[in-house]
Amino acid sequence: MANQNLRENDEPLLIADDLSKSFGKIIACQDVSFKLYPGEILAIVGESGSGKSTLLQILSGQQSSGQGRVSYRMRDGVTRDLSTLGEAERRFLFRTDWGYVHQDPAQGLRMAVSAGANVGERLMAVGWNHYGRIRAAASSWLERVEIDVARIDDTPRTYSGGMRQRLQIARNLVTQPRLVFMDEPTGGLDVSVQARLLDVLRNLVRELHLAVVIVTHDLAVARLLSDRLLVMKGGQVIETGLTDQVLDDPAEHYTQLLVSSILSP
Amino acid sequence: MSSPAYNFAYLDEQTKRMVRRALLKAIAIPGYQVPFASREMPMPYGWGTGGVQVTAAIIGPADVLKVIDQGSDDTTNAVSIRKFFVKTAGVAATTATEDATIIQTRHRIPERALGEHQVLVYQVPIPEPLRFLEPRETETRRMHALAEYGLMHVKLYEDIAKFGHIATAYDYPVKVNDRYVMDPSPTPKFDNPKMDNCAAIQLFGAGTEKRIYAIPPYTKVVSLDFEDHPFVPYRFNAPCELCGSEDSYLDEIVTDDKGGRMFVCSDSDYCEGRQAAGHTGSLISAPYKERAARG
Ligand SMILES: Nc1ncnc2c1ncn2[C@@H]1O[C@H](COP(=O)(O)OP(=O)(O)OP(=O)(O)O)[C@@H](O)[C@H]1O
Ligand SMILES: [Mg+2]
Repeated sequence: MANQNLRENDEPLLIADDLSKSFGKIIACQDVSFKLYPGEILAIVGESGSGKSTLLQILSGQQSSGQGRVSYRMRDGVTRDLSTLGEAERRFLFRTDWGYVHQDPAQGLRMAVSAGANVGERLMAVGWNHYGRIRAAASSWLERVEIDVARIDDTPRTYSGGMRQRLQIARNLVTQPRLVFMDEPTGGLDVSVQARLLDVLRNLVRELHLAVVIVTHDLAVARLLSDRLLVMKGGQVIETGLTDQVLDDPAEHYTQLLVSSILSP
Repeated sequence: MSSPAYNFAYLDEQTKRMVRRALLKAIAIPGYQVPFASREMPMPYGWGTGGVQVTAAIIGPADVLKVIDQGSDDTTNAVSIRKFFVKTAGVAATTATEDATIIQTRHRIPERALGEHQVLVYQVPIPEPLRFLEPRETETRRMHALAEYGLMHVKLYEDIAKFGHIATAYDYPVKVNDRYVMDPSPTPKFDNPKMDNCAAIQLFGAGTEKRIYAIPPYTKVVSLDFEDHPFVPYRFNAPCELCGSEDSYLDEIVTDDKGGRMFVCSDSDYCEGRQAAGHTGSLISAPYKERAARG
């Protein structure tokens, strides 16, 4: 058993091979390759327009890449090229083993239905058929993201921005995914609200041994959450390494600029 | 008497063939919504133009037609659709369920069990059960294609969270033949069990939304629910005050302006049949307490 666990963690969960994508003359991302391991948190940073969101959408199968390949190690241990998955398989993967947290919670939530149903939806989608158990699971997840369980029957329309974002996280994590994609999850939130969200996130990813690919232009967020960093510029990865190393001792001039412009007071 | 100004049953033969092709496909894929090129009919939308086109496409000179609206053969809507076919197809009409070969309905399924010689044609306003939570047509089609029906339970979950029980009383979603989720729209859920393993062919026509769907004879039809909140067909807990029936679906009729009301069978043919056979009700309009009846 221990051996098997070791092997599980040794093998990459997600593999990006030579990903490239252009929109007409604009090269949104070029020759991106990396491996993501179970429980690892990878931050993609870079200025606006550098191709972060495009890369995330290619990785999560929401956009096709012009070139290259994304592979994922499925729950059965078999690593598959995502482009060979049928639509049903891809959608199933997306709502069970994966999560996707949008910057705008309205995109990731059903704003017209209660928080409980928002969290319960994925469970019902995989066949849970006991109201009491679905509700209990939803309650426990609301607690874990620090939302008052008394608000379980309210719609996210009545929630604050920070609560909506935490609800979106609960909705994604309820099926115990192994990989979560996040695109600027703290964007548009006040600093104090951000801090609480980051705190919740940090605890959950460690506890659940989640692998995360998080896109952010906020290096402080990257430092707090991520193990590894991928710095993008003009669609290319110009620097990559352990987060603390890259931020404390950037090799590339561009990264130095990025670090000094954002991290220094 | 078929008027020479019209083709038989009003629709031209080409249109009828198109509707029949859609019907055959619908019967071949129980519960699947087949798009069809819905035609203008000489009656307003909301008057069951989808059902009328289906009936027009299947009716023959030897058919006997019954039309009901809320279980009654006498509403304006039922009367005008019946007259329409008597005039344009020259068919015989009846109010007796057992004598009809085609029954066009809005809202109700007759109480009397249907037979293999019968076709039930439903007029449907909104055919898409997922519409409530997913407005995008491309997305609902994909959900049907991949049998992704978690959203239907989200709707039922919301009901229980809000009301403590599944409050949906009409348009109660069903799963047909273990595959497609379908909206019986707008029949009361009391009638849902009658759709299951029914001997008659059930055809559904939605004119405005241009969809046809069907349940072939003896097909499994299951009302969606939760293990701990099972489907319960609702009925006022009272006997019919005219025929004494304890198990038919009842309409509540207000009898005066002092809160007096009485419960009578919604299926008027069924009620009259029972009265003719000597069954009587109390005719005392005591206010009964409403509650759900199991079974
Ligand atoms: N659908 C599209 N059509 C055309 N160009 C696009 C499209 N999506 C992205 N691009 C272009 O690709 C490049 C990368 O865009 P992307 O959204 O990935 O950047 P980003 O790093 O996420 O930026 P931001 O930090 O502002 O969100 C940009 O030049 C953008 O204009
Ligand atoms: Mg972006």
